[in-house]
Amino acid sequence: MKPTNIKDIEYFHKVIDCQYACPAHTPVPEYIRLIREHRYDEAYMINWVSNVFPGILGRVCDRPCEPACRRSRVEDDPVAICRLKRVAADNRKENIEAYFPPIPEQKNGKKIALIGGGPASLTVARDLLPLGYEVDLYDEQSTGGGFMRSQVPAFRLPERVLKEEVGYILDMGVTTHFNHYVTSMRDMLAKDYDALFVGTGAPKGRDLPDLPGRQEGDASIHLGIDWLASVVFRHIESIGKKVLVLGGGNTAMDCCRTARRLGGEDVRIVVRSPKAEMKASPWEIEDAEREDIPIYENHVPGDFVVEQGKLVGMHFEKVEARYDDQGKRTLVPTGEPHVFMECDEVLVAVGQLNSFPWIEEDVGIEFDAWGLPVLKDDTFQSSLEHVFFGGDAAFGPKNIITAVAHGHEAAISIDLFCRGESLAVRPLPKVHLEGQKMGVHDWLYHNQIDDEHRQSVPVLDKAKSLKDRLLEVELGFGQVVGHTETLRCLNCDVQTVFRVEECIECDACVDACPERCINFIDNATEEELRTRLNAPAKELDQDLYVSDVLPTGRVMVKDENVCLHCGICAERCPTSAWEMQKYTYKIPLAGHQ
Amino acid sequence: MTFFRPSFRHPDLPPNESGYYLKDYEGGISTLCAGCGHDSTNAAIIQACFELSIPPHKIAKISGIGCSSKSPAYLLGKAHGFNSVHGRMPSIVTGANMANRDLLYLGISGDGDTASIGMGQFAHAVRRNLNMVYIMMNNGCYGLTKGQYSATADKGSVGKKGDPNLLESIDLCEIAIQLGAGFVGRSFSGDKRQLVPMLKAAMSHTGMAFIDVISPCVTFNNTPGSTKSYHWVREHSEATNTFDYVPFKQEITTDYEDGVTESVVLHDSSVIHLHKTDSSIHVTDRRQAVDALEEHKKKGLILTGVLYIDPDSEDTHHILNTSQQPLNTLGEKDLCPGNEALQSINESCR
Repeated sequence: MKPTNIKDIEYFHKVIDCQYACPAHTPVPEYIRLIREHRYDEAYMINWVSNVFPGILGRVCDRPCEPACRRSRVEDDPVAICRLKRVAADNRKENIEAYFPPIPEQKNGKKIALIGGGPASLTVARDLLPLGYEVDLYDEQSTGGGFMRSQVPAFRLPERVLKEEVGYILDMGVTTHFNHYVTSMRDMLAKDYDALFVGTGAPKGRDLPDLPGRQEGDASIHLGIDWLASVVFRHIESIGKKVLVLGGGNTAMDCCRTARRLGGEDVRIVVRSPKAEMKASPWEIEDAEREDIPIYENHVPGDFVVEQGKLVGMHFEKVEARYDDQGKRTLVPTGEPHVFMECDEVLVAVGQLNSFPWIEEDVGIEFDAWGLPVLKDDTFQSSLEHVFFGGDAAFGPKNIITAVAHGHEAAISIDLFCRGESLAVRPLPKVHLEGQKMGVHDWLYHNQIDDEHRQSVPVLDKAKSLKDRLLEVELGFGQVVGHTETLRCLNCDVQTVFRVEECIECDACVDACPERCINFIDNATEEELRTRLNAPAKELDQDLYVSDVLPTGRVMVKDENVCLHCGICAERCPTSAWEMQKYTYKIPLAGHQ
Repeated sequence: MTFFRPSFRHPDLPPNESGYYLKDYEGGISTLCAGCGHDSTNAAIIQACFELSIPPHKIAKISGIGCSSKSPAYLLGKAHGFNSVHGRMPSIVTGANMANRDLLYLGISGDGDTASIGMGQFAHAVRRNLNMVYIMMNNGCYGLTKGQYSATADKGSVGKKGDPNLLESIDLCEIAIQLGAGFVGRSFSGDKRQLVPMLKAAMSHTGMAFIDVISPCVTFNNTPGSTKSYHWVREHSEATNTFDYVPFKQEITTDYEDGVTESVVLHDSSVIHLHKTDSSIHVTDRRQAVDALEEHKKKGLILTGVLYIDPDSEDTHHILNTSQQPLNTLGEKDLCPGNEALQSINESCR
């Protein structure tokens, strides 16, 4: 293999699995260390700069960081990153706004319209306001937050938390046009904005229009997202005792748990696929099951049974999943008699669709075959050059953190566009390597790996929480439990940097490494090297760090996979050929050079 | 110095045939200087014991005094151990070995502990062909007392203080061969590819297996003029042979050219295959072995590898015709068979 180019800014970034997996690349280990030191304000600000909504995401993020966490490869469970984020948010001081960037009095003369008031739009506003842009926000709701408000139930995300963090951005000087549903893109374009950003999400719930009985039972059949919004806005305050929720995603989980709180006693989730393939996050499935909501897998909806104009139940066909050689799944009927389930109401949460009925076909914005806007690579610019898309509106339904990441990129594009610069020449991430050595065995970071298991989070008493949909279920880590959890972080941002010219090949690092990550062997192809290392290197996504040739003709090969970043290689190295250096990787934001 | 070692180990590391993991052969955290050759030697011992699947409790590690003799603290935490008096490791092993012949005895010593204060002990343990693996970590200096030259430092070698060593050195391998050791080898802490199989072969040998491991002292004797530095040893060593150690149970699958491979079968039916550069030298010939050492010394080279093996060597127990059953398991009835037995012995002598 060729020597690893550690100057490649993505190399060490990739070693920080959590940060790399996060769409907004939040510097996770850095803020976890700050929480460990009870420096909650700084921890909050690191999050705020990167992901804009620490308190919200600390509760309801999809957590792509956690499955990526290295801790789960050396132990059972990942670090509870999401809940630690909440610890930072819960313990921040009251006037955290004092740390926010100043908003210039003198504007730069550019006006931007944001259509939709969700996380993507708010991120664009947050990034552009400090640069002197004037920002107008349009949304049909009475306040900001978009789907974070209308879809995420209050028992997962309290109104107070949402209001605060959305408020931070609105208070930066957004001109809001709430209760204002934009009906025509042509009218918006006529308003002479320098750029427009569309962050209208994927607002349409997928229905099952062709299922027999759908029309007749309509009064008792609701689309999940619309129903959730109606609950939030108090248009709906109760539900029948027997409820079937169709669908296996996070919206379905929110629907069934909300139904339990509105009077649903026998609430069931029914999914077509095997349970293991449900799209919902594992913890949301657990939460639903804890609230006595059973999951019926491999049940394909057959028809709605309506008697005397009233929905009384549904038929389901039982199937089993079969997989062909390519792993492609087909659901094959088992031939068993159809299953009948009684119900009073049905919530359909089988997916969401993008919908842009308000964008006229002839305004110059192209859409593809799936109804999604045609966007230029990574710039979020549509075919109409001053119109940008982001969040679910850009590439279909994802999640909040992805919307935030889109917002950052779109803000960069809008800024470049308004300054008349090329959108292709984008600011780079800010990276920095910083030595951590204080003494022979003293480091600027806590390198002693803690054996604690993942801490469990306290929850509200079930009977109590099922009575009131506004009571938050998860109570969050306190400072003490939060501190214990921070100790589990392996500090993957503190990199093992190898300087080949200093190495005397004494093998001290090889012998001392508890994970046997380090090898001095004859070079070969990556495929062959992976079979020859001290410990098997089966995780192909995890890079091998290969040095230049050493005096004996061998090379140093380190498998990054389960490196604990404990620094013992560096402590045992007589020549400091190994050094522990903290890698800082900050994503570019609008206005960065 | 490192004060802490994480408890996590690579989840994909396999166990050995006895069901033990590498971790089961580890010891405490090393307090030796960072980069010390002894740490590598210890790691090689751990690896060899793991690969041979020896249950850790069937091993006894015994040492004298010195940097190297601290090793029992750093390896085989679940084995029996004894950190004895300076130079007296061979006596302790002799006693332990006499009491319980069923254990694998690892004697760990240094150049000071063996070639100076323990020279007499060394000589007699070798002469008796005591069944043990005698690992002498050789750095040519007294690391614990600020790096004075030891008796194995080569004449003319220059350590950290800058004055050359004026005295002749003792070659313990030559002496061991002359005194009747059944297995003699020399290796280098920085060459695990040679050291680990050599240790495995030594552990399978019955009788005295003496290994001189050149193990650089990074603090006092890793200077450009030192003949025991990492750099010097790498530049000036020549191996007698490369070899494979094949445990008895393992099928032999490698093929080598005829005429250059010499196979030596050990007591436990394991085999050492030696792939030699010079096919005329026989590793089982004591005189040739000594000659080869001297010739290389004359050329300024360090000869490494398996230097001498006597496949028919007989250890102390065999020579003295001791009880097959370890003494420590003999009960009162065995040891005091009673008056009747005494009378019959007396009768037979009349």
